[in-house]
Order: sequence, then C-alpha cells, then structure tokens
Amino acid sequence: MSETLTKIVVNCETGEQQVLPLTAEEIAQREADAAAFAVAEAERIAAAEAAAAAKASGIAKLLALGLTEEEANALVK
Amino acid sequence: MANTYTLIASNTLSSSASSVTFSSIPATFTDLVLKISARSTEAVADSSFDTKFNSVTTSTYSRVRLRVNGSVVSSSLFSNASNIGGSDNVTGSSATANTFSNVEIYIPSYTVSQNKPVSLFNVCENNVTAFHMNVQAALWRNTAAISSITMDGIPSSGQFVSGSSFFLYGIKNS
Repeated sequence: MSETLTKIVVNCETGEQQVLPLTAEEIAQREADAAAFAVAEAERIAAAEAAAAAKASGIAKLLALGLTEEEANALVK
Repeated sequence: MANTYTLIASNTLSSSASSVTFSSIPATFTDLVLKISARSTEAVADSSFDTKFNSVTTSTYSRVRLRVNGSVVSSSLFSNASNIGGSDNVTGSSATANTFSNVEIYIPSYTVSQNKPVSLFNVCENNVTAFHMNVQAALWRNTAAISSITMDGIPSSGQFVSGSSFFLYGIKNS
C-alpha cells in the first residue's frame, strides 16, 4: 500500500493549519517538477564535467609546454 | 531601511509532509523573509526542494546560482524555470543524523506590480568536510502580489521530515 502524500497549508490570516492529502493534479505536478529537475540536474552535471575535463586538458597542455604545475594552475584558475 | 521584523506565521512539522504552503499572506508589509530549517526523507546526503509563488508553475522564474560542495565551486543559470530552488538545498536522510539545512529566502517588495526579485541562501549541514552551500538570485516574472508561497520537496519521493520548521516574517520599511 503506497503512502499518502500530504501537504501543510498555513493560512496567514486566520492562523489555521491544515494537513491535507495531495490531489491527483498536485501529484502529477510534483512528478512533472521531479522530471524537469532531473533533466536540469543532468544538464548541470554534464556542463560541470565538461568544464572540469577542459580544465584538466588545458593544464596538461601547459605542462607539456614546460610550465610548472603551479604556473599552469594559476593560468587556468 | 527595514525597521520591523514581524512573524506572520510558522509551522514545525509533527510528521513528514510533501509541501508546506503559506496562504493568504497579508499585503501589509514591504518585504517577506522565510527562515527554514529542514531535512528530507530522500536517501541522499543533499536533497532538494523548490519554491513557488501563488501556485504558479509556468516557466516564469529565472535563477542564477553559485554553489560550493566542499572545495568544488560551480555555477548555473536557468532562464525559464518553473520554480525557484534547485538541487542540494535541503539535508537528506543519508546525512549525519539530526542535521538540518538552514535556508533564508528574501522577497523584497512582494506586493508591487512589477517582477519580483528573490534571493536564497542555504547551507546543508552534515558535520562533514564536503557540504553544500548555495547562493541564488532569482526573478519571478509576474506582476501579481505574492499571496502564497509553497515549498515543495523534490524529487517526487522527497518529503520534509518531522521537526522541519518554516517561519515567515514580514518587514516594513517604516
């Protein structure tokens, strides 16, 4: 049996606090948000990995030119 | 310059919940501040939640973020997001027991008929060397006054754990 997802709604005018089950529409929105989040995260991680790989490649080429590791790191920082 | 700081409403969860909404926010303040201490049920070190205004989920949110994970710094930009928030802004259940993230969301001029700038700062406490810190600047491209704010745990299985607390403050400029 699956868990019933709930939401808390705090009415700032009355102070009333309700614990309500999510509607089907809200669950669908939540799943859509999760899917969009997964896509955005994948893009962000891929971009970060590409940048790190480019940085490492650049450092390797600078070292091959005769720079010290400290000099190479300073240039690509 | 702000000279008042009034608690509008708060909630400390007594059981897990998928989302927390502050509704019927009075339009009597100048700025809003949300202070959050939260932890997620998701079995990761750093989980995530997003924030939406007036239940709007269309691509009207822009956000740029600088994040630090231990010694690794990175940045990201989303021009047409469906919410404000993003990854690694709430401590997950795999983190050190009883640690919570702390979050502050500042919303100036939330009632004016202009787009709404928002700032978000958070640290995911984990009592280890590598932990996430995020600084985020965002813009909600909507001229409506903000009357409700929803914090939604993501991904779809993530919920805020019991003990997570949410405080909404109003600030006046006079």
